Amino acid sequence: MELQNLTITTTLEKLKNKEISAVELTNTYLANIEKYDTQLNAFITVCRNEALEQAESVDKKISDGISLPLLGIPIALKDIFVTKNIKTTAASKVLEKYIPQYEGTVVEKLKDAGAIILGKTNLDAWAHGSSGENSDFGPTHNPYDTNYVPGGSSSGSPTAVASQMALMATGTDTGGSIRLPASFTNTVGLKPTYGRVSRYGVIAMASSLDSIGHFTRTVEDSAVVLSTTAGKDQFDGTTPTVPVPDYQSTLKNGVKGLKIGVPKEYFGEGLDPTIHEIIQNALSFYEKNGAEIVDISLPHTQYAIEVYYIIQTAEVSSNLARYTGIRYGNDRQEFGDEAKRRIMLGTYVLSAGYYDAYYKKALQVRTLLKKDFDEAFKKVDVMLTPASPSLPFKIGERIDDPLQMYLSDVLTVHANLVGIPGLVFPGGFVGDLPVGIQLLGKHFDEATLYKTAYAFEQENPFWKTEPKLLKNIL
Amino acid sequence: MKIDVQHVAKLANLKITPEEEKKFETQLSEVLNMVGKLNEVDTANVQETSQVTGLENITREDIPTQSLSQEEALSNATAQHNGLFMVKGIFDEE
Repeated sequence: MELQNLTITTTLEKLKNKEISAVELTNTYLANIEKYDTQLNAFITVCRNEALEQAESVDKKISDGISLPLLGIPIALKDIFVTKNIKTTAASKVLEKYIPQYEGTVVEKLKDAGAIILGKTNLDAWAHGSSGENSDFGPTHNPYDTNYVPGGSSSGSPTAVASQMALMATGTDTGGSIRLPASFTNTVGLKPTYGRVSRYGVIAMASSLDSIGHFTRTVEDSAVVLSTTAGKDQFDGTTPTVPVPDYQSTLKNGVKGLKIGVPKEYFGEGLDPTIHEIIQNALSFYEKNGAEIVDISLPHTQYAIEVYYIIQTAEVSSNLARYTGIRYGNDRQEFGDEAKRRIMLGTYVLSAGYYDAYYKKALQVRTLLKKDFDEAFKKVDVMLTPASPSLPFKIGERIDDPLQMYLSDVLTVHANLVGIPGLVFPGGFVGDLPVGIQLLGKHFDEATLYKTAYAFEQENPFWKTEPKLLKNIL
Repeated sequence: MKIDVQHVAKLANLKITPEEEKKFETQLSEVLNMVGKLNEVDTANVQETSQVTGLENITREDIPTQSLSQEEALSNATAQHNGLFMVKGIFDEE
């Protein structure tokens, strides 16, 4: 079966018209996992039997004329989404034997929408990391060049989508963990507005920052998935009653008259000139198509990473306190170095005598960061920036230097601190290595991100550029 | 900025070896130096932000529903006894 240009929308069509069956489709994706994953290590668990069982029931539903938004779509889940009766590890030895007794909200919604779960994907343990190397089950490799990292912490999910081992895969984004890997793997990665998608049943990292999103090949596919996953959930108090629009219906509205802000602080000295050029080309594209490019400033940007590493580690130390090895999981001794570092940093900034100097200070600067955005969004509809100051880096290059690794997130943490949505989509290549473009929007305005990215993608379908690995093996 | 790794590890219920202590002391001090940059920012009279979407004090109806069975709840326990989680004794004699 030819998967090269398949997307969720075209696959749904083929399934509906019975050009292919769900069982056939699932077998093809499982075969790809077998073929590629020894080199990529994108999966921690593959659910072959469960997937084929689901596929059979999908085929029955299709022949009964049942139609569902994701009926028969093979997907993968970052292994931080708890799945009933399927091992969920967070890529940490602490949870290597944990079999959850319940299903998270998003997983339930995806299943109810007819998606077929192929397996659980690799990540930096506990979602701590920017490269995918910090997994207790080995690093994931970038499919566009296996010497390079795919980005993290959601490392396996975009790798699976880019390599046709799944049509969609879920991720979590606390400081860039969806957007950075999307940029490194030529995929579309959405970090929704804080609270837009329920966190229930997703292992918590930093509760005031965690956003639940996904990776797809195209912008339209991303919109289709969000229409399924978004919404109020009684099990997560941060999900508001804000209505969920049909994101697919406004995709084609175009960018004429759209005000696109370019925050100058995102284009500092550290930005790779080849990435800058790709961003400039995108801005020219939008200008040519009737958008207005507006220079803006977010003056406190230079403090975002500092605020992030205080608030995030504080919340991590609190969330990981529950792992005592009593009710589930192994002893705390099994935590890896990065988790230990974050737990200790967080404990320190919250401890007596240091709370005001660090934690309280960070919460105050967070207010200033938010004000920057509130002001800027009075002038523009959306912002366009790079997702990463540098190209994907080589495996091993930053692993011994935690501080250097932390700085990988310098252009993404901002959105989490202020709760706004961010979308990264393919912007081109430098040699074999992909470069993503980041859009930042107003709270609950994912629709504008989608229509903006969609316009670019129609004329620049970089998503069709396959990873070298696939060409070599085929 | 120096950090007392052993003290913090104790607060965080982590056991740290002497080699780890040295490594973490350097690494954590580096990060603390970085975040210390926030002192430059004037935050007099600035409120703290703990939530960003305007939702506060969210509650739901407290209606009892089907929950995990005792067997399910214990299914991941490392040690159990008479249908209960078994933990180490808190007092010396036990």
